[in-house]
Amino acid sequence: MTCTEFLAQLDEMLDPKMSGPLRDDLQEHLRCCEHCEITLNTTRKTIEIYRSHELYALPDDLRERLHKAILAKCKKC
Amino acid sequence: MLLVERARQGDIAAFEKLVRQYDRQVFRIANHIVQNREDAEDVVQDAFLKAYEKLDQFQGNSKFYTWLVRIAVNESLMRLRKRRTGRMVSIDEDVETEEGSMPRDLADWSPDPEALYGQSEMGDILRKTIQGLPPGFRVVFVLRDVEGLSTEETAESLGLSIPAVKSRLLRARLQLRERLARYFKKRNGQAVHTQSAQDGAK
Repeated sequence: MTCTEFLAQLDEMLDPKMSGPLRDDLQEHLRCCEHCEITLNTTRKTIEIYRSHELYALPDDLRERLHKAILAKCKKC
Repeated sequence: MLLVERARQGDIAAFEKLVRQYDRQVFRIANHIVQNREDAEDVVQDAFLKAYEKLDQFQGNSKFYTWLVRIAVNESLMRLRKRRTGRMVSIDEDVETEEGSMPRDLADWSPDPEALYGQSEMGDILRKTIQGLPPGFRVVFVLRDVEGLSTEETAESLGLSIPAVKSRLLRARLQLRERLARYFKKRNGQAVHTQSAQDGAK
């Protein structure tokens, strides 16, 4: 397997539920390719870091204001 | 489904529960697309209002959330278009870039990036980095990896094919990884942030 082929299947490696011969082939490639191992690890970290940081939190006061505005408009429908 | 059914029959309290269930997600998605808080607030209002008006068109073949996300994405793109004085904005914009098609920056990230930056500084880095992606990549990454929609739900929400979602997701992930590497990678055995701090102290 080449690095380009590995990259095309990166999603398979990022999904912990994936199993089967394709995953075995990908694991085999990883054993001898440090570049792809780094790409996989840092891509996984990229996803984790975005998932764990709330970049656009909705503050309670704004939330209440939006609710009131939405419901007032809905009642006029 | 019960809440949606009740809301469809005009039960405004049921609709309010739906708003409370999904408002944070819609606000996040809108912010990621329009990149402006006031516009995101407007999107939240317009998306829920439109959902309420069109509840009778909701077929129940898909999840209510997926249907709502589709409305919110469309409202966000319309809002972007207004801000850009009528220039067309679509999720197909700038997706032909070659950037991120092959990883270049292949240094590991160590120590853990979380240990290098405070919460607020990390938030700034993550916002700045994702804002640099074309909208068509950004929205796929946000729906799939941040909001946790499946590939099929993401495709349905965006009106894209499954192969298109997969291809954009890969490119988005690799572009983000490449851009974050500028902050997180090791340099001569030390993380960039630590090195910069020492440079500043000299």
